[in-house]
Amino acid sequence: MSKNKSKEILFDPLFENNPITVQVLGICSALAVTVKLMPAIVMAISVMLVVGFSNLIISLIRNYIPMRIRIIVQLVVIASLVILVDLTLKAFSYDVSKQLSVFVGLIITNCIVMGRLEAFAMDNKPWPSFLDGIGNGAGYGLILIIVAFFRELFGSGTLFNHKVIPQWLYDHGYINNGMMLMPAMALITVGIIIWVQRSLMPSLTEKE
Amino acid sequence: MSEGKPKFDRNSNAYTIVFTIILISVVAVVLAGSYKFFKPYYDKNVRQEKMTDILYTVGLDKAKLEQVAKTKGLSLSYALIQQYFDQYVKKQLALNDKGEVLKDVNAFDINLKSEIKKDPHKQVYPLYIVEYQGKTYYVIPMYGKGLWDDIWGYVALESDMNTIHGIKFGHKSETPGLGANITEKWFEKRFIGKKLFDEQGNFTGIDVVKNLRNPEKYSHKTDAISGATLTSNGVENMINERVKHYIPFFKKIKNSNHVEK
Amino acid sequence: MELVNIFIKSIFIENMIFAFFLGMCSYLAVSKKVKTSIGLGIAVTFVLAITVPLNFLLNKYILEPGALKWLSPSLADVDLSFLTFIIFIAVIASMVQLVEMFVERFAPALYASLGIFLPLIAVNCAILGGSLFMQQKGFENVLQSAVYGLGSGIGWMVAIVFLASIREKITYSNVPKPLRGLGIAFIITGLMAIGFLAFMGVKI
Repeated sequence: MSKNKSKEILFDPLFENNPITVQVLGICSALAVTVKLMPAIVMAISVMLVVGFSNLIISLIRNYIPMRIRIIVQLVVIASLVILVDLTLKAFSYDVSKQLSVFVGLIITNCIVMGRLEAFAMDNKPWPSFLDGIGNGAGYGLILIIVAFFRELFGSGTLFNHKVIPQWLYDHGYINNGMMLMPAMALITVGIIIWVQRSLMPSLTEKE
Repeated sequence: MSEGKPKFDRNSNAYTIVFTIILISVVAVVLAGSYKFFKPYYDKNVRQEKMTDILYTVGLDKAKLEQVAKTKGLSLSYALIQQYFDQYVKKQLALNDKGEVLKDVNAFDINLKSEIKKDPHKQVYPLYIVEYQGKTYYVIPMYGKGLWDDIWGYVALESDMNTIHGIKFGHKSETPGLGANITEKWFEKRFIGKKLFDEQGNFTGIDVVKNLRNPEKYSHKTDAISGATLTSNGVENMINERVKHYIPFFKKIKNSNHVEK
Repeated sequence: MELVNIFIKSIFIENMIFAFFLGMCSYLAVSKKVKTSIGLGIAVTFVLAITVPLNFLLNKYILEPGALKWLSPSLADVDLSFLTFIIFIAVIASMVQLVEMFVERFAPALYASLGIFLPLIAVNCAILGGSLFMQQKGFENVLQSAVYGLGSGIGWMVAIVFLASIREKITYSNVPKPLRGLGIAFIITGLMAIGFLAFMGVKI
């Protein structure tokens, strides 16, 4: 496989074909875990690994799966990978796993995972499939990190739990925007990101 | 299975069944194996959190523990935390609602979340008696309901079994920026020094009040979190409900102290 | 009344869409029509109302730590909760498959109009989310969990239908080009979520 194709597969989903803002997948849990940066990053890495490896595994066995149980097989593979991720987090990153709670499990229904399996892994070789998975996971992660950055900065005045907004601003009446911590603002933030992206790339705007 | 063709017909019933069996077996082995591998680490994390929370309420926060470890040239590990826990926590008691100590019941492993659902007369109440810097503390584990979901914590009472020495809260999903702030130090501080019994020894509990001016003036009241009324109420109810069950035991200790004198 | 409490809470205060954002993918990518949204909403509600209590029973008698003691007292230490994800999703996928067959047989018109969305319900985050949240909440009995499932579904449907109706109307507004379609849908949802915050803390 040419190096250019690999690059394209890996980097496309970061911007032009971003799973969240363009493909409109994976929104669900994306918004709930972006209150602070740390859980968002852990979630992003988890999703990257799950999409990457499920793409890889399904691609490896794609010629052996009976058509009738295709969806179930996909779900079983995804669910198993997510269980592994969950067990790992609970064992080695206990604090973050508590913050992520049910949303780790919800990676299973994260449309990105199933979406890429159907759209790519079922018809492509293992290595490109793996790259596609990692690329889409990274695109997802990118949005998560941007949203979490703004939400933590404006909502708590911290980044990675370290105070970032200088005290003198607070003394002069600046208050953390508590609304940013609420789910509603996450939606509006993503809306704004989409606005910015589409202004920069007019080809993405919807036709009448 | 093979119909004389070089490749198996992967859509035949037989193939489907075999495939499914293989898939399930592989998945079962991988998952069961991973679970066995990871569980001990997870259990350790849960235990470690419990131990550090209990030590925290008597004043042994993570910083102090790390300091002590440093003087011995060691880094704070699970084993070390276990060691300090065993060193400072003199007794781990499992009590019933009459204040009697139940033998052969492991207090540490009691799951409060499911315990509080039982009839109060049938519940087991864990109590940790800690000795630190020459003083005795009674640490009571708590569990209750916040606004959205569960809240929990530990409260350390001084040797008078009345004054709050330290307190720690945890929650599942209280509102970030509002109810979630019960985990902040500044909220914990509001409880330190408050008393749960009056001079006659009657239980007053603690009152978490909205917009309380000059909370220092009150020994049984403290300020709630603005905008987090329900979480604050949850905290108040949790503390009062839990501590009430330890009154029979405290009475027993006080009586035996008097007898000894 | 505990049941009424659970019901109202799941529709307004812990709304699957406005509080937890679950089940948004299929919605945002597609339903610009109120009619499809209602059909989808009913299907989702139905699946939730059945899978949540079913999973409650599975959780109580198989998955929970110590759940197996009804089989034999020696199994009281077994903790199968790590299999939760797989068991729940298997139940959901099977239930959706059944619903699909049922609808195809008895309501072919609905089947045709829903198209691909029927099987996609299986991976709707709201469905799995409903079961996972139920597991965490520790309901006392099956009826409570069923009410929770039903309420969650209705809450989801309400949100979807509201959003679809606004989107239908917005086609006549002058939305800036880059914001059209997806972008404005996000912002509308966000604003509605703020509106629903008004229900927080309501106690019945």
